[in-house]
Amino acid sequence: MVWANDIIQGILVGGLYALFAAGLSLVFGVMRLVNLAHGDFSILAAYIALAIVGSLNINPFYTLILVMIVMAVFGYVIQRGLFNFAMDAGPMQAILATFGIAIIIQNLLLEGFTANSKGLDAGRIENASIKISDQVVIGWFPLITIIVSVLVLVGLQFFLGRTRMGRAFRATADNQRAAQLMGIDNRHLYGVAMALALAIVAIGGVFIGIRTTFVPSAGPIRLIFAYEAVIIGGLGSLWGTLVGGIVLGVAQVLGDHVNQGWGMLVGHLVFLAILAFRPQGLFAKQAQ
Amino acid sequence: MSLLELDDVSTGYGSFRALFNVSLKIEEGEKYAIIGANGAGKSTLLRSICGLLRTENDKIHFDGKPIGQLSPHKRVGLGISYVPEGRWVFPSLTVNENLLVGAHSRRSGMWTVDKVYELFPLLSRLRQRQALSLSGGEQQALAIGRGLMANPRLLLLDEVSLGLAPVVVEKIYEAMPAITSSGTTVLLVEQDVGQAMKFADRVACMLKGRLVLEGVSGEMEHDQIIAAYFGV
Amino acid sequence: MATPLKIERYTRTSRIALPVAVVVVIAAATIPAWGSSNIMKQGVTFLTLVAMAQMWNLLAGYAGLVSVGQQAFIGIGAYSLWVFAEKVGINPFLCVPIAGIVAALFALPTAGLAFRLRGGYFAVGTWVIAEVYRLLVTQITWLGGGSGVSITSAGQVARGTREAVVFWLALAVAAGSIALVYFLLRSRRGLALTAIRDDETGARGLGVNVFRSKLWVYILAAFGTGVTGAVIYLNLLRVQPEAGFGLNWSALMIFAVVIGGLGTIEGPIIGAVIFFALQQLLSDYGTWYLILIGALAAGVVVFAQRGLWGTFVRRRAVDLFPVRRRLCLETVCFPEDAPPAPAAVWSASALPDESTTATAEPPDRVDA
Repeated sequence: MVWANDIIQGILVGGLYALFAAGLSLVFGVMRLVNLAHGDFSILAAYIALAIVGSLNINPFYTLILVMIVMAVFGYVIQRGLFNFAMDAGPMQAILATFGIAIIIQNLLLEGFTANSKGLDAGRIENASIKISDQVVIGWFPLITIIVSVLVLVGLQFFLGRTRMGRAFRATADNQRAAQLMGIDNRHLYGVAMALALAIVAIGGVFIGIRTTFVPSAGPIRLIFAYEAVIIGGLGSLWGTLVGGIVLGVAQVLGDHVNQGWGMLVGHLVFLAILAFRPQGLFAKQAQ
Repeated sequence: MSLLELDDVSTGYGSFRALFNVSLKIEEGEKYAIIGANGAGKSTLLRSICGLLRTENDKIHFDGKPIGQLSPHKRVGLGISYVPEGRWVFPSLTVNENLLVGAHSRRSGMWTVDKVYELFPLLSRLRQRQALSLSGGEQQALAIGRGLMANPRLLLLDEVSLGLAPVVVEKIYEAMPAITSSGTTVLLVEQDVGQAMKFADRVACMLKGRLVLEGVSGEMEHDQIIAAYFGV
Repeated sequence: MATPLKIERYTRTSRIALPVAVVVVIAAATIPAWGSSNIMKQGVTFLTLVAMAQMWNLLAGYAGLVSVGQQAFIGIGAYSLWVFAEKVGINPFLCVPIAGIVAALFALPTAGLAFRLRGGYFAVGTWVIAEVYRLLVTQITWLGGGSGVSITSAGQVARGTREAVVFWLALAVAAGSIALVYFLLRSRRGLALTAIRDDETGARGLGVNVFRSKLWVYILAAFGTGVTGAVIYLNLLRVQPEAGFGLNWSALMIFAVVIGGLGTIEGPIIGAVIFFALQQLLSDYGTWYLILIGALAAGVVVFAQRGLWGTFVRRRAVDLFPVRRRLCLETVCFPEDAPPAPAAVWSASALPDESTTATAEPPDRVDA
């Protein structure tokens, strides 16, 4: 039963990773850009929430909408102001530009908020839980997290499958130039894609900020988790990111169970094993 | 005022020049065909008109407005629709979705999804199929239908018959009258001279990036066309 | 009458540049005789930055491999130094080349996994593998675990001697990295690499074994970076996994190369100078220098893609390091000393149609 509890906890953590992975996957799918600042954007969102909580003295849950809007606007602006030009310059230039932004964000946060770890206090909900048996306990907060991430994925699927803009996203992913010939303004569309990705990653950033503490330099490891979830799940598969996140989460919790400190390592090793033996991921592109 | 006016257009790819001093006027409602051998610059010409290649702004006028520097998506908004060589359908989208994306510019007019299915009944059965799984002829029909969904004033068709069986080509050309009768101007690029002559009011021939012959399709001499086509 | 064609590599400037470079290196080698301890320490920082940047440029600028995981080899170099100096008992200075070899050995399995990924995913993949190395070291108590280890044997050498030797090693590593890239590019394999950089598909079509060329470069860069890591930690004397395998190493090398100019030998040197100067200038303002350099790099990579060297200095064909081959027809060379706009070169000469795809930009069909 202890193992059952581990697996449940892992699944719940996986929901969080899926929130990071969905945005990364969306941006890559639509514009073939690997955003190395993705993790740092999530940390930035957590600090924005922290600043709002500090000045308005409200529960971090209520900051969520505001943080999402701020991050979406920021995403649109940085895409149209910098990344679009970087992508014109070439794929390598685009990656390097996002790397530059990643380092800038990390160090700006370090200057602004120091290296001390910070947390978002959401009150009683953080510790409330459902007791299923003596060994299996499900925290309300992790449960809310995974429900939210499933809702986000359902929302994304609806958006991509059923709306005019979503179809334009998929058309652009298929063939960018042909999409332009349909009257789709790709520069605007890329801006919207980045805005959407950052709004989603903002949810993840605030949630993980409530769950644990965070520091300015924590962005890269989040990027790596998101990335591993994407690759494990299979490039371009929306629900694959959730499965990838869950596989990663379970591997980490089980690893930590065997030996405190092995969690992350085991997670990476599972990722490397997938890369070695099933490089197309568990769900190759199909399930959209 | 002509619908489309090209004035001394020269353009190319990177350091390579593919078009030399091309001037052309096309009137509203006209059926115009450009013929020429491989590499004559026909597709380059269409790409300059649809915006995939830019030129100096006032070298190309559409409905009196200079458009040489406009991006493709803005030209679609003005009513220029380009059906590319190689079709470029969206492979992961269904036939129906491909058509809906074609209407992204929200230009109003007679063409709707249902009208396109009427025009190409073969597509109607394939609505929910991924475009990836379509045959070449079906993809070509879809590409044309998708282009029509923007309700263009000027439809640019690039090498419609390329790589298709003659029976299929016939079927596609059978749909042309329905397109032009609605008043849409069609500029067509073809290697198949016979097909082009049959369809068009006026025909121009390109050779090595230059426009070398222009005339009314019924009045052109066979030898004249051969000479212009092959440059002999 | 047939006009004699020949392939030229030297330009007027490059004939002067090589002797000048030799003089500079010799002059720098005298620093331990007169310079202060601080100058030598800073010198090591600068010289190792040049070496790291050269190695990263070799990867990204020539083989198109954008790695964000080269810190793996800095860390491996540092820990190899410690293992062979402290556990095996070899003279720490002799451990420097050994560290390079160990790094090159680790590069093989790393490449085996990372080469399955393309473009941006390769970048993050190398980063993950670097993280794995870091976590492994943290878990292995024999390697000192998370708290790190000290290179005590080097600490026991008389301070003046140690500083001088480390400085010379750093100088050798910097000069050696430049020489390595220079001779590699002039070799047959270098020609293949340049072809890959300009057009990978085209190079493959001409029979270049792209995979093997890239693997070679990856291993060489790992070797060079490992050696550099060992020298850096001979200077610092204490290594922790967090620092040794830290992302900041990648930031250093990437920014230096990007600012200076990707795909040139001069670029990383210029970039290292700018990086180092800003670091010194802003040393009282915390990490602001990194923010400024990051912004500069992001700006340069987007708006002056050829870097500061390529964009502002290399107006004429001022190749200090002649690795480019130029086609010479009697006294006129292509590219000329003052390169004209490429369009003029090609349209002036009546080129056969087949060559157009090679000169045109991306793999774009010219016409039906």
